[in-house]
Amino acid sequence: MSNNTFYLPEGLPSPMATRDGIDEPYWQGLRDNQLMVQRCNDCQQWQWGPEWICHACRSFDIAWSEIESKGVIYSWERVWHPVHPALQEHCPYIVVLVELPHANNIRMVGNLLGDAQQDINIGSPVTGVFEHHPNAKTPFTLLQWQTV
Amino acid sequence: MNNRTLRGKVAVAGIGETTYYKRGGSQDPEFVLALKAILAACEDAGIDPRSIDGFSSFSNDRSDPSRLSAALGMHELKFANMQWGGGGGGGSAAVANAAAAIAGGLADCVVVFRALAQGQFARFGQGPKSSGVSGDPAYTIPYGVMSPAQMFAMRCTRHMHETGVTRDTYKAISLATYYHAQNNPRAVMHGRPLSPEKYDQARWIVEPYQLYDCCMENDGAAAMVLVSAERARDMQRTPAYLLGAAAGSEHRNAAPCHNAPLYATSSFTSLAPRLYEMAGVSAEDVDVLQSYENFTGGVVMSIIEHGFCSHEEANQFISYDNLVAPSGKLPLNTSGGNLAECYMHGLELIVEAVRQIRGESTNQVPGARVSMVTSGPMVTPVSNCIFGSEETL
Repeated sequence: MSNNTFYLPEGLPSPMATRDGIDEPYWQGLRDNQLMVQRCNDCQQWQWGPEWICHACRSFDIAWSEIESKGVIYSWERVWHPVHPALQEHCPYIVVLVELPHANNIRMVGNLLGDAQQDINIGSPVTGVFEHHPNAKTPFTLLQWQTV
Repeated sequence: MNNRTLRGKVAVAGIGETTYYKRGGSQDPEFVLALKAILAACEDAGIDPRSIDGFSSFSNDRSDPSRLSAALGMHELKFANMQWGGGGGGGSAAVANAAAAIAGGLADCVVVFRALAQGQFARFGQGPKSSGVSGDPAYTIPYGVMSPAQMFAMRCTRHMHETGVTRDTYKAISLATYYHAQNNPRAVMHGRPLSPEKYDQARWIVEPYQLYDCCMENDGAAAMVLVSAERARDMQRTPAYLLGAAAGSEHRNAAPCHNAPLYATSSFTSLAPRLYEMAGVSAEDVDVLQSYENFTGGVVMSIIEHGFCSHEEANQFISYDNLVAPSGKLPLNTSGGNLAECYMHGLELIVEAVRQIRGESTNQVPGARVSMVTSGPMVTPVSNCIFGSEETL
């Protein structure tokens, strides 16, 4: 797979599930084109990032549930100064913080696909794009975003 | 339990700093920098270094208190405290923890210190070199969010969106700080003034921060000797009394992956009222403010959350004229701070707050009695403290 199918070049640290297993369903879900997040079986609150206990009701009975990968831009940044060797020739790039109103407004960090110098508007609707890295040493998938 | 306060019980009796260097500029190893700052603070206080009996620091300082104790030949070590949490959010907390130990009878003479040689160890401003990441970093680093500037830019963008604060307000903070550094020969940026044009024309680091919105990376060390207020009165320097301090952060500030319910804050919303309550003062009583600048946008939020102005007033109130000593309404970062004096993780700001009480700043606010510090906006835990002169007790 060539570099240009990825928003950022290869060579950045790869995401791996934690050794205690708390977020394995999330990373496995992404590889299967599914966005899985935590939901409490007792109080039905959505929760992100993953934790062993529900912050709303202190239940340990937390399930993983698939949700639609869509949301609105809550905040953003455009990075111009590279701080990693793999990014030396790849600035600027855009990072968005996406809010998911259909899941208690949990937020997720990703890149905004498309022109890195595009105008970005807080509140704009975005939809998720699964960016697969099957040839990585430990294969992984990122969740990117594009404006609707 | 009555009288649960630190107000007026402990004072800073000595301050010490090494030369401040650009990162990589120190010929001394980091541990030697720590020793030199501690000895300088002891000399300033007029005490035998062997009479230190405790250390307090923050941000996982590498100079271990037991090693310091052995190296200095201290008679006894009674207190060795590290405030948890990264970044500069622990600076004022390190002072508070030392003061609590003295007020509570755990120790008698505690040194607060921070030693940092970014030229010898990892730079804060660079990404990790590992091949894999897990846990919270796995949700951000693969997307190119790995340096402090990149971690906090989205908080500031959101704050600007919600409040209408502009980059001209960021600029005022940077210009005032650099102005103060020009009068301070210790400052790394002494002799390198910043003009509005130079600020505007600087390169972007990450929107909304340009180069001069960001702190430096440095080598050096700073230290402060804390003793009981009674003892400080009999020592050679004018005591700076601790009036109050607070540490922590608001509800679920550390919710992973940028999920803090109050996202567009500097983390001080719940601390500011606690600080003022203990200190027995209000924002109007503060004569001079040292506010930690990792990035200018965090200072804006800190100033607002500590009640110096509202969100709506911020663009007018946070002006160059209001921020410069001696004439401004709220003289800010009067040594040059993290932007222009030295990034000693904000401990240099606390040393400067003490200097203002002594009347010894290179940008002295005439008659300063109430001198305040805010440490580490946007991280968690953050902390803050207020020093007062004898007449404030």
